Amino acid sequence: MGELRLMKGNEVLAEAAIRCGCDGYFGYPITPQSEVMETLMARQPWEETGMVVLQAESEVAAINMIYGAAATGKKVMTSSSSPGISLMSEGISYIAGSELPCLIINVQRGGPGLGTIQPSQADYFQAVKGGGHGDYKLIVLAPSSVQEMNDFVDLAFELAFKYRNPAMILTDGAIGQMMEKVELADFKPRWTNDELIEKCGSWATTGKPAGRKPNIITSLEMDSAKMEANNKRFQEKYRKMEEEEPRYEALMCDDAEYVIVAFGTSSRVCQKAIELARAKGVKVGLLRPITLYPFPKKAIAELSCRIKGFLSVEMSAGQMIEDIKLSVFEGGCIVPVKFFGRLGGIIPSPGEVVKALEENFLKG
Amino acid sequence: MDIKDIIKPENLVYKKSELLIDTIMHYCPGCSHGVVHKILSEVIDEMGIQEKTIGIAPVGCAVFAYNYIDIDWQEAAHGRAPAVATGVVRLNPDNIVFAYQGDGDLASIGTAEIIHACNRGENIVVIFINNGIYGMTGGQMAPTTLVGQVTSTTPAGRNVDLNGYPMKITELIAQLPGTSYVTRQSVQTAAAVRKCKRSIKKAFQNVIDKKGTSFVEVVSTCNAGWKMTPVGANKWMEENMFPFYPLGDMKDSDKKEVSNN
Amino acid sequence: MAKVRGAVVVDKEGCKGCGVCVEVCPQDVLSLNREVNSRGYHYSYMKNPEACIGCSNCGVVCPDTCLTIYRVKVLESEI
Repeated sequence: MGELRLMKGNEVLAEAAIRCGCDGYFGYPITPQSEVMETLMARQPWEETGMVVLQAESEVAAINMIYGAAATGKKVMTSSSSPGISLMSEGISYIAGSELPCLIINVQRGGPGLGTIQPSQADYFQAVKGGGHGDYKLIVLAPSSVQEMNDFVDLAFELAFKYRNPAMILTDGAIGQMMEKVELADFKPRWTNDELIEKCGSWATTGKPAGRKPNIITSLEMDSAKMEANNKRFQEKYRKMEEEEPRYEALMCDDAEYVIVAFGTSSRVCQKAIELARAKGVKVGLLRPITLYPFPKKAIAELSCRIKGFLSVEMSAGQMIEDIKLSVFEGGCIVPVKFFGRLGGIIPSPGEVVKALEENFLKG
Repeated sequence: MDIKDIIKPENLVYKKSELLIDTIMHYCPGCSHGVVHKILSEVIDEMGIQEKTIGIAPVGCAVFAYNYIDIDWQEAAHGRAPAVATGVVRLNPDNIVFAYQGDGDLASIGTAEIIHACNRGENIVVIFINNGIYGMTGGQMAPTTLVGQVTSTTPAGRNVDLNGYPMKITELIAQLPGTSYVTRQSVQTAAAVRKCKRSIKKAFQNVIDKKGTSFVEVVSTCNAGWKMTPVGANKWMEENMFPFYPLGDMKDSDKKEVSNN
Repeated sequence: MAKVRGAVVVDKEGCKGCGVCVEVCPQDVLSLNREVNSRGYHYSYMKNPEACIGCSNCGVVCPDTCLTIYRVKVLESEI
């Protein structure tokens, strides 16, 4: 059993980074995630593990610091909240286009614009469809508890390095600010220079020793045929992720007639909602996507052939519902896919979700 | 004495640096970038720091710098090279990191990044090519374009009422305590090239000695953008750029007196 | 009495004919050729090789690093 603590989600992100052997953090303050950098600065990991922490002059600078450090094979991360992630999107596109591994955390708040500081899930499209310019994808993990905030830091780095691709933890202000019991991971040492060269030496810009060609990190290619080949290579990588990496949790889906699909904070609400609905005799289950990209399409498609309908519950105007509809369509068993959501930083209540379920499927 | 008797290995006095990759650069005839690339490759070679050096290329004409010098390179987004260099050097303090930027990149879109990297005193070299114009995109006005200078976006000449004033960003940077060496050089004559090379060498030595940011501006020509011959552009630069962008050291932490030049 | 003699070897294909080397030569050795290389540039050549002192100024300013310079001290008797 690892060390048990009562911690805020944002604090856990910092602690997990130190413990998983992260080499560096670059960030810029923004509510509701400023505790990530504050915790790191208070912990002074440079004294303990050698991890570097730096407050950048902007999100734009922070993500480009990530680019530079990631390009040397180091395990680096940043965190921000919705408007800050918009600012980082150019850099994230460059990171994806240069095939660099790194971790980006979005502790979402309501938008658009300056929006609100309350929790939201309205950056789903931005996270799973790319976000910046060009055809690229992030590996997107959606924790629903403080424990998963801890667990997904290491997992995100593992996937990022496996695919040489940026990974994102897409969470929100509720989980970031929430305090829960968490079992912390044991300390893993940072990679030594030799380990880094062994794992990343074929591409990382570590300084060119005699006898090897220069390693060049760039997303630029003026020859269209080569650029198309690069894009095809990226797409192959994304197809492999779609094949191998979808993760989800299914609750009470075995006998379900209806399935609610929800992730992160809204999935916690829906967990209570399915209990309430079942108490009323409605056979309903919950499918919680853990990876938002790659989306658990197969699980949705399989369910669609044995249930009567899906309800997508989101803290947005309805974004993930499009991926559910696509999954149902690709599965071939067409069932209704309905939506319930709250906007602007409001978390739906379990009662509202049950009511939405009844109104969509059980009336008339 | 016959020419063949002169052209012998024992008589060789000047040749291409081993670090300069054997390819024809994409730059226009007479472009200053080529000279500065050559200086960089000579300095890195002579200092024996090839294995430790990481270059950060900008967006602009020098975007392909990584094709020309035989070291590890990263290509940064427009204006972000100082942030990228910060990421590299903070996690790899034993590496020697330089950012290579033009005036659109450094003095316009990347103003925040250069000011803050220099203000933090990041232990990097910054090479700043100032030719007063956006070369790669076809000769538009840069923040450094002189008053009255004709560009494709100031066809009647830069008008301060409309476009504001040319920016002396190197003078701003010299004020920042994080910088240890700030100088303005040029490369249009052999003497200027030799002097510029000494400055760039000093900047790299400062990074080895962990003295903070060393910033070398090279007042340069863009004869294609200026619509002049290469030789004519050099003369125009001497007559018009040098009075506004005077050459010389603005700051040198090795010397007690700091001249404002 | 020794005299310095030099020679400039031009990488004809690398030269873009910018003429900066011609301008900086103190001895008026170099000129741009009437002929062009395969890329259409009037490449630099030694119009007046006898005058070259191997000072390397041309090589130092050449943006395309296509000049290699040789220098030798010769005795009057060898000239």
